[in-house]
Amino acid sequence: MGRAVSLARSLLPFLVALPFLWALQRWSPPYPTLVLRYVGINIVLAVSLNVVNGFTGQFSLGHAGFMSVGAYATAKTMLALADVQLAFLPEPASDAVLFGFALLVGMAAASVAGLLVGLPSLRLRGDYLAIVTLGFGEIIRSVIQATPPAFLGASLGLSGLPLRTTLIWVGLGAVAVVVMARRLALSTQGRALFAIREDEVAAEAMGVDTTGYKVRAFVISAAFAGLAGGLIAHSVGAIEPTSFDFKRSMEAVVMVVLGGLGSITGSVVAATVLTVGLELLREFQDYRMVAYALMLVVLMLARPQGLFGTAELWDLWRRKRPAASAASAGPPGGAA
Amino acid sequence: MHRVRGLAPLALLLALAACEKRKAAEDTVASAAASGPAAGAQILIGHVASLTGNEATFGDSTDKGIRLAVDEQNARGGIKGRQLAVKTYDDQGKQEEASLVTTRLVVDDKVSVLLGEVASKRSLAMAPIADQYQVPMVTPSSTNPKVTKDGDKVRPYVFRVCYLDPFQGAAMARFARDTLKLKRVAVLRDVGNDYSVGLADFFLSKFKELGGEIVDDQSYKAGDSDFKAQLTAIKRKKPEAIFVPGYYTEVALIARQTRELGLTVPLMGGDGWESSKLFEIARGALEGSYFSNHYSPDDSGPRIVEFVKKFQARYGGVPDSMAALGYDAARVAMEAMARARDLSGPAIRDAIAATKGFAGVTGVITLDAEHNAVKPLVVLKIEGNAGKYVATVQPD
Amino acid sequence: MSDALVELLQHLVNGLSVGTIYALIALGYTMVYGVLKLINFAHGDVYMVGAYAGFYLADLLTPGGRAAGDGAAGAMLRALVVTAGAMAICGLLGYLIERLAYRPLRGQARITSLITAIGVSFLLEYGFQLQPWGFMPIPFPPGPSPRFFPELVRRADWSLGGVSISNYDVIGLAVALALMLGLQFVVFRTRFGTAMRAVSFDPQVAGLMGIPVNRIISWTFVLGSALAAAAAILNAVPRPQINPLFGLMPGLKAFVAAVLGGIGSVPGAMVGGLVLGLAEEFVAAYTLSSLKDAIAFTVLILVLLFRPEGLFGRVTVEKV
Repeated sequence: MGRAVSLARSLLPFLVALPFLWALQRWSPPYPTLVLRYVGINIVLAVSLNVVNGFTGQFSLGHAGFMSVGAYATAKTMLALADVQLAFLPEPASDAVLFGFALLVGMAAASVAGLLVGLPSLRLRGDYLAIVTLGFGEIIRSVIQATPPAFLGASLGLSGLPLRTTLIWVGLGAVAVVVMARRLALSTQGRALFAIREDEVAAEAMGVDTTGYKVRAFVISAAFAGLAGGLIAHSVGAIEPTSFDFKRSMEAVVMVVLGGLGSITGSVVAATVLTVGLELLREFQDYRMVAYALMLVVLMLARPQGLFGTAELWDLWRRKRPAASAASAGPPGGAA
Repeated sequence: MHRVRGLAPLALLLALAACEKRKAAEDTVASAAASGPAAGAQILIGHVASLTGNEATFGDSTDKGIRLAVDEQNARGGIKGRQLAVKTYDDQGKQEEASLVTTRLVVDDKVSVLLGEVASKRSLAMAPIADQYQVPMVTPSSTNPKVTKDGDKVRPYVFRVCYLDPFQGAAMARFARDTLKLKRVAVLRDVGNDYSVGLADFFLSKFKELGGEIVDDQSYKAGDSDFKAQLTAIKRKKPEAIFVPGYYTEVALIARQTRELGLTVPLMGGDGWESSKLFEIARGALEGSYFSNHYSPDDSGPRIVEFVKKFQARYGGVPDSMAALGYDAARVAMEAMARARDLSGPAIRDAIAATKGFAGVTGVITLDAEHNAVKPLVVLKIEGNAGKYVATVQPD
Repeated sequence: MSDALVELLQHLVNGLSVGTIYALIALGYTMVYGVLKLINFAHGDVYMVGAYAGFYLADLLTPGGRAAGDGAAGAMLRALVVTAGAMAICGLLGYLIERLAYRPLRGQARITSLITAIGVSFLLEYGFQLQPWGFMPIPFPPGPSPRFFPELVRRADWSLGGVSISNYDVIGLAVALALMLGLQFVVFRTRFGTAMRAVSFDPQVAGLMGIPVNRIISWTFVLGSALAAAAAILNAVPRPQINPLFGLMPGLKAFVAAVLGGIGSVPGAMVGGLVLGLAEEFVAAYTLSSLKDAIAFTVLILVLLFRPEGLFGRVTVEKV
């Protein structure tokens, strides 16, 4: 496959999505738009967590911690750039460039955190890793609360953040995370991750650099969690440390498992169903979360493999064609 | 190749950004026109509260106070001949949920006034929405100075009926230093709670300024149930009092454990203490302690007596300070609606801003130019499991 | 004694008092993990239910809450009845949770049961935050506001050379030790315990050997949940305030303690709980208390980095 074709293929989803996003942003009323924004942010969260929990089979419970790092880094960057305008661009374009830059800073900061947490995964497996990631999330929260208010706002958090997150930003973020995950799943990288998930010892025996791939999976996943954090920060206009506690991490894990471990489509659908579902239940007041809890249990009992198992939407489409590129066809990983 | 792919979406965004901005401006204008409800229909009051989650007990209290106030108003014939209704949405104690339900209340439910939130951090998430859609918002108990401010400017649509942290913290510091003549005080704050941190910081700086010494500054976290590590450390520093500006949910246990460690000095706190639960759980451990509050229970002012009586009759429990502040927030908003020339956002806003000498149960409320309530504070001493009036501190 | 020594001893007493609670809850995590390799995320909420069960039982036995008039023997008897009752209720709850939410998923990936565990946890937390239903004979659900847990036994404080100790500390430690020794006996000296260890070692082979695996798992849940209820009462009597989320932090901490000790190991859970309780106490006392959680978790991570199987965990050799 030539470079140009590959580039075109990864750009295509963005080009297809843009007019839709623009139209939604333009004509959708504010409240549904906001719900859609949250759906998109949850998609970014769930799909990125799927890279670690689903693809690689590592059990991370600290996704909210990465989100927190991303949110604070993005917010601090935006506050620092509050009065900056790029002279060579009109104001709106300059704002967009700066916000994009701030989001990238958030992603970078979160990926550094991912590297720090990924390194212990050299030694730890399963539930021990889960505890370390959970502990990491709690450490972040605790440290932010204990730092002097002038820097990160302590328990009050940061507020007065410019409300720059639009449906278009969120939509592009969601498309980006899906494209990333899909390309990853079809690449050598992805194959290595699946091998680690299925049998780490065997993978290592086959010459897969398990450590390196695991750490890379953590870094990629963390970067997108950071993106989700940056987007939520500038959607709400305020952030505070307890927004990113371990319950938030659990919510992300729930979306991944409910959708089907390793299925990108599953994560997207689960994130959408849970976010919209909770909105529809809003009228039930305090019974809402009880209903949500029951829904979780019942759904899991009814479909233990998750909504999609490890299947993907595009597999349906792919199967109809003759195996043009045999190397990349077939569901990732297959049944355990 | 990797790098090129990353830049592509960025370039596209530039093209779109221009459209986004214009759209936001249009939203604002459209909603302002629509925010006055149709004549004859019920007037909706929106309330954003934590009905579930860590702070559910506060959201629950506030909601009870608000509903009591609104039902009373309805019994008196409503406002401008129309009945009122309260719509409460749960934010689970999360900022982004607060932001979401505020938008829903304003845009879909078309409420005339927003009430909430208890916590400053969530009010900070609501405030920009109130401003954007020009719906006045009255927060019952968000004490952080930042809530009514947008940078250096005052947020045009955001008001509060509670004290500010600087006023209450400094008032207690002055009381400790000047009235009680204390020299050495320790602080024990809830590090996860901005109200507690704010009060502690302002108390600390004022107390030092007045020549006192802060011998220790310890932290806990809401949800903890054992505070002996911190209290044992404080005990060694031999303070003359401990300032514990938390909520009653933890203060009662802190008080017990202070006494269990043989530490007999008085505790001091703010209006977050006010609850019958405090005494029920502390069981005498708070005797001789001081806290600041909006009113004293032995205040025989008819408003307060009547409020407590009505609240008890309806809910079967003594109101805490959250309930009282919720009640007042709703009444300030409704009184302003009655005075307003019509029920559009800007008209109600102007009426709320003009609130002067409003006789609430939490004091006589006047809103200043910064949209903060200016009202005196009373210091109570706990004797026989009840607060006894000691002093009144006037705002400066 | 010097002031510093008194303070040190006081911290030791405080830390042990909290640590025993963590240890008792951690036992439930570790036993369930032993037989099912499942982190029972609802365990902290079972603990919370235990406290409320005790609360309602005490209220039914003596309306008004306080041990009015009756002597020490009566109070002790009532405390025993309340504790045993709460343990029975939680044991039943544990059985139901396993039967309804975990057993149907036995053959599936472990993480699946984790989600139902989270679901059950949310169900208990949010269910208990609802306003009371009118048709119940007791005010249930309790709603979000905190409740006062009645004083089952009259408190007595002693000062030993400046170190404050109460009869609650002594009773708590004694009961916890007795329960742990009892558990140790059950696990290592009884047929049930042998069967449990066999299931933990290899459920399939245990099944082939004629061990009723499902029944053993059910009883493990019952036992673990009953211990959580005992921990809840032991915690709620000296710190008499309960609310629907009061199992959240102890649950999390106990989970950490179980992992620290080596999850799956009974002595590990006890030691892990005590170590965590003491570590938190000393961290809060001698360093910045605002960084208590951060430091506690950092210590945990460091321990795990150097002993990835926990303090008492078996080092498993992975075979291809």
